[in-house]
Amino acid sequence: MASIARNLRPAVSRLAFTARARTSTWRPSPFGLRAFSATRAAFEKKYTKDHEWVELSDDKKTATIGISEYAAHALGDVVYVELPELELTVSAGDAIGAVESVKSASDINSPISCTITAINSLLEEKPSTINGGPEDTSSAGGWVAKAEVAEVGAQDLAGLMDAERYKAFTEEQ
Amino acid sequence: MKSLRAGKAMRDAAASRRIVPRNSQFCSTAAPRPSIPQSSLQRAIPPSNSTPRIARPAIRVTDTALRNASTTASTTELQKTPLYDLHVAHGGKMVPFGGFHMPVQYDSLSVSASHHFTRSHASLFDVSHMVQHRFSGSGATAFLEKITPCGISELGIHRSSLSTLLLPTTGGIVDDTIITRLGSELFYVVTNAGCREKDLAYLKEHLDAFVKDGGARVKWEVLHGFGLIALQGPLSEEILTGALAEPEAIQLKEMLFGQSKFIKIQLLNNEISSPLLTSRGGYTGEDGFEISIPAAETVAVTEALLQTATPEKLQLAGLGARDSLRLEAGMCLYGHDLDEATTPVEAALSWVIGKSRRTRGGFYGDSMILSQLKPKSKGGAGVARRRIGLVVQGAPAREGAEIVNDIGENIGHITSGCPSPTLSKNIAMGYIKDGFHKSGTEVEVVVRGKKRKAVVTKMPFVPSRYWKGTAPA
Repeated sequence: MASIARNLRPAVSRLAFTARARTSTWRPSPFGLRAFSATRAAFEKKYTKDHEWVELSDDKKTATIGISEYAAHALGDVVYVELPELELTVSAGDAIGAVESVKSASDINSPISCTITAINSLLEEKPSTINGGPEDTSSAGGWVAKAEVAEVGAQDLAGLMDAERYKAFTEEQ
Repeated sequence: MKSLRAGKAMRDAAASRRIVPRNSQFCSTAAPRPSIPQSSLQRAIPPSNSTPRIARPAIRVTDTALRNASTTASTTELQKTPLYDLHVAHGGKMVPFGGFHMPVQYDSLSVSASHHFTRSHASLFDVSHMVQHRFSGSGATAFLEKITPCGISELGIHRSSLSTLLLPTTGGIVDDTIITRLGSELFYVVTNAGCREKDLAYLKEHLDAFVKDGGARVKWEVLHGFGLIALQGPLSEEILTGALAEPEAIQLKEMLFGQSKFIKIQLLNNEISSPLLTSRGGYTGEDGFEISIPAAETVAVTEALLQTATPEKLQLAGLGARDSLRLEAGMCLYGHDLDEATTPVEAALSWVIGKSRRTRGGFYGDSMILSQLKPKSKGGAGVARRRIGLVVQGAPAREGAEIVNDIGENIGHITSGCPSPTLSKNIAMGYIKDGFHKSGTEVEVVVRGKKRKAVVTKMPFVPSRYWKGTAPA
């Protein structure tokens, strides 16, 4: 059972519980740890302090955006997801959508400057998809949007955390 | 800390034995009105028509209750209810609320699962953070009639009423409260945890004024450390019956909504609890009971209920489910749906004003409130705004969202809102300009800069299922 100290930090203790209940939960995404693949050395997945992730394509021209496993579990059952408009151009930190559970509503902010080129409409029909796999970039996954990235967007990545640092960051929360 | 509180409770209990002739040493009142705060995050987002370039608060994975508490934090150290260890042992996710460590939900059930379980089976809520008071003495009725608009004189023994503590002159609501009469001049009153310090100062000030104006003697006690638990849901009567120490002596069927009784619970160690004031009612819209328990017995009574009922029928539930349940039931949360700038008439709580009090008045703010009761069309003052329910399409509307008419003019705002787990619709309550308040009126609500269609809807959103003595229709 969780210690009192852990229970004083609700988000963390909740995480501990869910992690026990569902073995597949909070682990840094395996994608982030794929450094062994030499051909994909340029492959970058980064996290924000606001708990979004962004994964840049090899050519650094496109990106996929979503919310982290940690955020999805801490928010609880997601019942509504608001997605951005196509061709919306945003700067890093701008709101591109929202996730709502019974008890709270949270904005999804873009981790980098970019232009939205695709949205995951599955989340509108079945918002709980985001709880099932918020970092899953497949057609059945819980990713939020895909975007076109210019040079400034690629540079924004430098200020974000890699999977390991993000994990440490969430453990301090 | 714990033993200190227990000691105080013992003194309270001893004191009450002296004052109260019979079985009322342990008392509380009916429906507590606690309160999980709405998302302060959403509240912090100003309604805006601007582009999404405006930076808004990001995902915060702290809990909403925690966020809210941090803005209203008391300067004193957080307290624990008698059930703190039990919550932790059951995987309770504890957050600061109303000056206490309170469970917002438990390990085993999500907020929506807990919500559904309450409506299909039963849930047990710890509401010991609420403030339990006892008023006695020959001036008790007169004092309560001064500060609240309900018909205290007409209230029967072991009957409860929702009421409001009022500000003099303006008739603004200081807090909402449940008042239970236990004797001709003996009352049990429950007020909100979040208003603890404000209410205590208010009661002291106005009790002093009452005495100074020649009022008869009133003894006011706060039942520090007492436990208060709420058993809510359709299986509540069956569960409580199963835990009674003297099942043949207590016919719960005869105890209707709004009534109370002292009952004894069979504890797991074969002992029997002291007589506990048990009131039929609650804050979920379901049938249920609220049980006031001395600190030292709170854990034993709670364990007895949980184990007798079995987990298939009864689960612990936290503030998260409590908030969505009360909103579906159309009930107010003080500090969100009610405040000191709002009168009972504006709050659609005119029904708490006792019949006789509509003519004789005699309560704080009576001339303001009684003039508002009569609509403008009939020569009265009426009100400029009213509390209403809304069903919102698309995104859930949260506290602070703006309500607009067909040409985009502001006509009100949302004070509570969430996706309703029972109805799978977005429900909300808020205040709207007089004239737009009728059921079926179509308006729009602005969420994240976009207008969403909404319809004024009668509350409760989910029909209440109180036990009123007849077979359910």
